[in-house]
Amino acid sequence: MSKQVTFRIWRTDANGGGKFVDYPTEVSEGMVVLDVVHKIQAEQANDLACRWNCKAGKCGSCSAEINGMPKLMCMTRLDQIPLDKPVTIEPMRSFPRLRDLATDVSWNFRVKTKIKKFNPRKPDASDGSWRMAQADVDRVQEFRKCIECFLCQDVCHVLRDHHKHDEFIGPRFLVYTAALEMHPLDTEDRLPELKQACGVGFCNITKCCTKVCPESISITDNAIIPLKERVVDDFFDPLGWLWKKLRPKT
Amino acid sequence: MTNYESFEYDVLVIGAGGAGLRAAIEASAAGVKVGLVCKSLLGKAHTVMAEGGMAAAMGNVDDRDNWRVHFADTMRGGQYVNNWRMAELHAKEAPARVHELEAWGAVFDRTPDGKILQRNFGGHKYPRLAHVGDRTGLELIRTLQDHGIHQGITVHMEYTIVTLLKDGDRVIGAFGYDRERGRFKIFRAKAVVLATGGLGRAYRITTNSWEGTGDGVSLAYHAGAELRDMEFIQFHPTGMIWPPSVRGLLVTEAVRGDGGILKNKEGRRFMFDDIPDLYKSQTATDPEEGWRYVMGDKNARRPPELLTRDHVARCILREVKAGRGSPHGGVFLDIAWIKEKMPSAPEYIKRKLPSMYHQFMQLASLDITREPMEIGPTTHYLMGGIRVDGDTQATNIPGLFAAGECAGGLHGANRLGGNSLSDLIVFGKRAGEFAAKYAKENSAGKVNDAQLEEASRYALEPFEREGSPEGPYQVQHDLQGMMQDLVGIVRRQEEMARALDGLKQLWGRANKVAVASNREYNPGWHTALDLNHLLTVSEAITRSALDRKESRGGHFREDFPKKDPEAQKYNTVVWQGKDGAMQLRREPIPEMAAELKQVIEEMK
Repeated sequence: MSKQVTFRIWRTDANGGGKFVDYPTEVSEGMVVLDVVHKIQAEQANDLACRWNCKAGKCGSCSAEINGMPKLMCMTRLDQIPLDKPVTIEPMRSFPRLRDLATDVSWNFRVKTKIKKFNPRKPDASDGSWRMAQADVDRVQEFRKCIECFLCQDVCHVLRDHHKHDEFIGPRFLVYTAALEMHPLDTEDRLPELKQACGVGFCNITKCCTKVCPESISITDNAIIPLKERVVDDFFDPLGWLWKKLRPKT
Repeated sequence: MTNYESFEYDVLVIGAGGAGLRAAIEASAAGVKVGLVCKSLLGKAHTVMAEGGMAAAMGNVDDRDNWRVHFADTMRGGQYVNNWRMAELHAKEAPARVHELEAWGAVFDRTPDGKILQRNFGGHKYPRLAHVGDRTGLELIRTLQDHGIHQGITVHMEYTIVTLLKDGDRVIGAFGYDRERGRFKIFRAKAVVLATGGLGRAYRITTNSWEGTGDGVSLAYHAGAELRDMEFIQFHPTGMIWPPSVRGLLVTEAVRGDGGILKNKEGRRFMFDDIPDLYKSQTATDPEEGWRYVMGDKNARRPPELLTRDHVARCILREVKAGRGSPHGGVFLDIAWIKEKMPSAPEYIKRKLPSMYHQFMQLASLDITREPMEIGPTTHYLMGGIRVDGDTQATNIPGLFAAGECAGGLHGANRLGGNSLSDLIVFGKRAGEFAAKYAKENSAGKVNDAQLEEASRYALEPFEREGSPEGPYQVQHDLQGMMQDLVGIVRRQEEMARALDGLKQLWGRANKVAVASNREYNPGWHTALDLNHLLTVSEAITRSALDRKESRGGHFREDFPKKDPEAQKYNTVVWQGKDGAMQLRREPIPEMAAELKQVIEEMK
């Protein structure tokens, strides 16, 4: 059941510009977009640049925009997209372009280093281990499913349209911060920086990040909104503020 | 002469999967300056694909477990050609390494009393694998990554190493390029740790990503290091086989650990048909006992689906050859059947195996809570690798260390599932510790300009071959096909001899491939340079497999189908001779410590 389909792929040129190039390609049953890119790479354009690793939706390397939708190429089956007109594949738009489908995502790695690291309480047992109930770690485990594909960063309008990369850490790192803040063993306080450096207030809950998350993490509802609530409780609740001032210091 | 950008470190770690990250963290903690080089972005290494868990005898689920049982299991699984010292250290140190991950933020699944939960896996006598659903590798690599970025390690992402630099006999750094721009870089280092993982890309059907091209094994070999046990490749019994584009993708052994069974097209549970003597006393006699084991009955024995991977893979091939296979040439792996046993089976499956559920749903439109999966063997893991000292992970080349999959010894002829992630953290730590110690005791070496010039000439050659008949992908494709067909799961003398001839021709073609365009992020160029590594390791596999005239673990010879007790006394070692040709010897296995012998006797 193989047939010919045209793939319209963004190719950069030597001057830093670029254009879409059409690649008519034979496709067959069960293929995903990444298979097509590999086929074109092997047969028509040896130098076509793209990132990939696991080919199973576990590493988050092959993020791209397919017909304008941020997706993992390895998990996008051809039978889920219309093939009667050219399929466009282009790099993520929120990050500087490197070559073809590869973008410069280094900003994400820099952002992470600025968030205070995990700081556990003393171990509960002499062998250095802790006791935690499964129910108490479920939420954190949801956040730790993140594969760092950065599709949420790509689709977030605060980054994509308003370029607030210096003031806002984006959904990925709000999820990361939430995982630390809600970790039953963690003792660190990240609320002041959440309000300031992380810019949690920039998020206006349009939930685009949640929609594109390939791991189906409820980014907005489970991570961002609770963080916003904690910040509000800590900084803007007058009674709470008064209590903190007046309570006896231990 | 050369004005390449240059970096200076005490310890340079090449590879940022579990072993490389753990080594870098340890070296850094020892107070030396550490550089970490990786081919992909940080956190994307193949470790991320590990699913089932990491083996550590913590005894959280069954308190009869301890390091002795784990040691005996590892040796039995490896069919006694393991580096027994590594198996001992691994069994003793794994629990502490797992607890350390928890201290760095890892969140494992929990037992009812709040401890780290442990699951059943093939060849492990007791439930032993600490895990997070079926995404344990992600948890491991992310924990190490998030801890490591605060340790003052300099990370060079998307860099490829072309060659190790030498000063006399000693390794004193590495030479490579950044993939983004293709600019050459010099890394001077007092000690180098290789942690580059495996070589599955030498085969057509594999669980490995593009990175698994045997770089570290080949770099070490060309720098004079010895390789061991290269004939022992693990073919994981359960890879996806349909649709064709996902062929080879890993289906975790945890499916079987959590109750999944193997059936042929007649619906027969064929694993009960052939149980090796070594495992008879530990294996269930009927499906009922097997199920009780899965449900945690301490008096029940393991179902035969949890026999070692080498054996399960061969049983699957047997069924397929006998015409009892599935429509696409595999067999059926069925977890949906447990709905007969528990009313909430679909929820149980989705909770225990979320990414498997997801993977089959999205890639094969198959609901594993309702239907059986079609699976078949896939190239998964290199048991052999760079020959190292068990305590220090030092190679025979001064200044060069190796850890994780690219180092050989721990797993012998067959690795138990779950022993890989624990290998990474136990021996990654040791490699980092002893590399740092070496770096403190030695001064920097002197880089040889001639070597740099030769390496850069070699690396750029593919751009200058005008009028070449082919690009790198065709050669890679043909090599993968040949290794799959001639040096795969079932091996024969004459086929492997043909493979050696085939390798000669492929070397010839590889030396002629041309690449187009420029050096910036050019996958064609990268693939052309990978060919050298793939061909080197393929030759090592083939020569070692030809020499071992018996069947043991991952190495199965149709012309020598039995185990030879004499062949249990040596490891196959290969190295590069002075004339450039590959040399081979049978290295006697040192006498095992008396205490360990006794452990093995007791556990029989």
